[in-house]
Amino acid sequence: MQWETVIGLEIHAQLLTSSKIFSGSATAYGAPPNSQANLVDLAYPGVLPVLNAEAVRMAVKFGLAVNARVTRRSIFARKNYFYPDLPKGYQISQYELPIVSGGAVDVLLDDGSVKRIDITRAHLEEDAGKSLHEGLAGQTGVDLNRAGTPLIEIVSEPAMRSAKQAVAYLKKIHTLVRYLQICDGNMQEGSFRCDANVSVRPRGTEKLGTRAEIKNLNSFRFVEKAINYEVARQIELLEGGGRVVQETRLYDADRGETRSMRSKEEANDYRYFPDPDLLPVEIDQLYIDTVCASLPELPDQKAQRLRKDYDLSAYDAGVLTASAELADYFETVIEKAAAGFPATALSPKLAANTVIGELSGLLNRDGVEINDSRIAPAALAKLLVRVADNTISGKIAKEVLEAMWDEGKDADAIIEARGWRQITDESAIEAAIDAVIAANPSQLAQYRSGKDKLFGFFVGQVMKATQGKANPARLNELLKKKLGG
Amino acid sequence: MSDLHDKTVTELAAALRARQVSSVELTQALLERVTRHQGALNAFITISAEGALLEAARADARLGANDAGPLTGVPMAHKDLFCTRGEKTTCGSRMLADFVSPYDATVVERLRAAGVVMLGKTNMDEFAMGSSNETSFFGPVKNPWDPARVPGGSSGGSAAAVAARLVPAATGTDTGGSIRQPAALCGVTGLKPTYGRVSRYGMVAFASSLDQAGLITRSAADAALLLGAIAGFDERDSTSVELPVPDYSAALEQPLKGLKIGVLKEFFDTGLDPAIEQHIRAALELLRSQGALIKDVSLPNLPLSVPTYYVVAPAECSSNLARFDGVRYGYRCKKPTDLLDLYLRSRGEGFGAEVKRRIMTGTYVLSAGYYDAFYLKAQRVRQLISNDFERAFHEVDVVIGPTTPTAAFELGAKTADPVTMYLNDIYTIGANLAGLPAISLPCGLTQGLPAALQIIGPHFGEERLLNVAHRYQLETDWHRRAPPGFA
Repeated sequence: MQWETVIGLEIHAQLLTSSKIFSGSATAYGAPPNSQANLVDLAYPGVLPVLNAEAVRMAVKFGLAVNARVTRRSIFARKNYFYPDLPKGYQISQYELPIVSGGAVDVLLDDGSVKRIDITRAHLEEDAGKSLHEGLAGQTGVDLNRAGTPLIEIVSEPAMRSAKQAVAYLKKIHTLVRYLQICDGNMQEGSFRCDANVSVRPRGTEKLGTRAEIKNLNSFRFVEKAINYEVARQIELLEGGGRVVQETRLYDADRGETRSMRSKEEANDYRYFPDPDLLPVEIDQLYIDTVCASLPELPDQKAQRLRKDYDLSAYDAGVLTASAELADYFETVIEKAAAGFPATALSPKLAANTVIGELSGLLNRDGVEINDSRIAPAALAKLLVRVADNTISGKIAKEVLEAMWDEGKDADAIIEARGWRQITDESAIEAAIDAVIAANPSQLAQYRSGKDKLFGFFVGQVMKATQGKANPARLNELLKKKLGG
Repeated sequence: MSDLHDKTVTELAAALRARQVSSVELTQALLERVTRHQGALNAFITISAEGALLEAARADARLGANDAGPLTGVPMAHKDLFCTRGEKTTCGSRMLADFVSPYDATVVERLRAAGVVMLGKTNMDEFAMGSSNETSFFGPVKNPWDPARVPGGSSGGSAAAVAARLVPAATGTDTGGSIRQPAALCGVTGLKPTYGRVSRYGMVAFASSLDQAGLITRSAADAALLLGAIAGFDERDSTSVELPVPDYSAALEQPLKGLKIGVLKEFFDTGLDPAIEQHIRAALELLRSQGALIKDVSLPNLPLSVPTYYVVAPAECSSNLARFDGVRYGYRCKKPTDLLDLYLRSRGEGFGAEVKRRIMTGTYVLSAGYYDAFYLKAQRVRQLISNDFERAFHEVDVVIGPTTPTAAFELGAKTADPVTMYLNDIYTIGANLAGLPAISLPCGLTQGLPAALQIIGPHFGEERLLNVAHRYQLETDWHRRAPPGFA
């Protein structure tokens, strides 16, 4: 049987507020345990929550960015369950009336097509604390620094049909929340993470299969692997005559498999009800308009503009705008080149390729963020200008770039110091060609008798002789003439 | 000065400012009285002798330096569910028997700032759940009018202490009648302000949408004075209301001519002790003679208030009390074997029977499959009751009825049947469900036990309530009567 995969994601994004959603404690990551937990976070008797307006503003920003409806009167509810890292015995969340409902994002797939993923809702809630087990000799420690950190939970429709689509959607939301500056997107620290609802059904049928929920996936790679594992597991189960149980599963990254956590029968009844300590959140049009006016250029808009202004491909524009910082870097390179070297026309395509290719390679290699790049946009602009004005070839440029990265020097200094300046002087190239021809009489004879392929051999030899500095176009032209006799 | 214990807050404040008595002298005298009657009444859980004398000395210094406010040096007691820094806050429960709060509730903080001296923390039903003070882990409070009888609850310790002249005033909290009902049974004045008028920050929550801090005093004038000190917006309580606080004392004397009083038909139905009804009718007559107009009003949905309350309040309580889990503070069972055991035994051993009953009820009504039938329906009925009151206040300025159906009952008389106990709050719960201000004041004695009148007003109508109560108290002396042996 042909199976179809159905995936929905619940993404938790920690909001970048400086204090918690219902208390004045700081939200900075990595502080000593319980140093950022006040009486409200500790749920002392008699304390009350007070809503952080900044968290509301950030959620509204998200809603507007995905063309969702912003609820005019949303309600906080209590989700009741016992756990040591949940001090109140309930989590304050939103249930029946979330602050954001509806909305969608467009995702560019590998085959170049665009798929629209619908968003069901996004709601505000508080994060729980953390249980600690290491170094506590069989006891459990509780760190409440994270308790009360504001989150938006973004729930998608079951709209994705493969792990790759799910990752593409997750990356799109990841990009979006960072553009909006509402989440730092740090998956390692858990400030951006997701649960995946996965099911399969016979291709061509409508009814959704029973789903399993894979909890707390905190890297794009894990999302893809966990979903693929889970899909294969469910198909094998069904084809073997079994049935999928609705349950919560955990992904074990070390073993590359998902494992049952608890089944629906054991699941909590959360006894949601409106939190009487908090008033409804009332939002009017003026507020929405103000937030709307504060929105930055969003990834899709930016990509469209880059394609139009610089004649880039959809793919290049997509990669560049995956992070606002990368796109900014690219645009700064173009700007600096135009300002510093108005006479030379820089190829935006070359700039895009260098940023996406070699530069990103170096950034990844050394684990450096684009904003901390060792090569500033102005320095890269200069290097690319040197390609445009034929001082160096594109091939040499790659080496110069690496040298700039490693040594922190200017492009011209490296080109000069290493004598990489391209030879464009015809007489010098001709001299090199003559020497090569003279040294290889048999190859010359073969070439002249019709072995065209040997042209490359001669190019290589001349390049070797000139240490790669001969201008390739000029070399081709002259060599053809000389070999032709 | 003699008979310090019999003076009202207003009188004591004047005497302190005139330096006729020092706060230390006053505090010593009352502490002596508190200690002397503690064995018989059990009104206090904590007596803060040391702290009180320090605060009194500080108050005297302020009085001497002409840096005193109207309440500086006046002694009071707090119901033991207001968090007080440095003294235990037990909520009448084993769960918090040794709990010392690191912070002051807003009410406590405001009174401290005004220079009020805290003599101690008063006994109460466990977590404010009860109508007789018999659910306290620290034992029942006795009614000063008859030690075989209950003082009412849950603010029974506060009411008994004020009635017995141990303190001139005490704070209380009122979720379903917990200020007004004990005030009624002990023959003192009890004010529950509008929901949102006084901050709930630092009050250990029972049912958040109903809880309201208030006062137990010996006169409406004292309640007016103290309300001015504790009322007002608090940014730490989102449900407190940002409205200016009027000068409640200034409006007390206003004549009643033209005042429209509604008599709640539903409050005089079966179940009301005829002797109490007689006293209420007499009070209404007196108010009529002062120029008030009396008319009948009907709140058809009011009879549903008890069942509605006993869905909403337990639902909220089941969630509010989840934080008492033995993990961070409060009672923890001995040698837990695992997490579940820690939860089950800490809560099982830490909470008393009535608290557990309400947590169970609340958990049930919020459960999947029952939420709509119970919780949602109760919320809808609550809205209907609210609407009834609103309609009534289009016609009349205040409504009047009894506070309780009977006078104080005997200890143990209702403990076997929770529903009989719950019905004792039949007249008080409506004001909580609708968030309205209400005051109870003594209006007679029946077989030696106090009977009480309740006045309910529209939202933020405290000035009018206090005004009516004060005018009544100017014409009567029920509120001045001390229980035999406590004069």
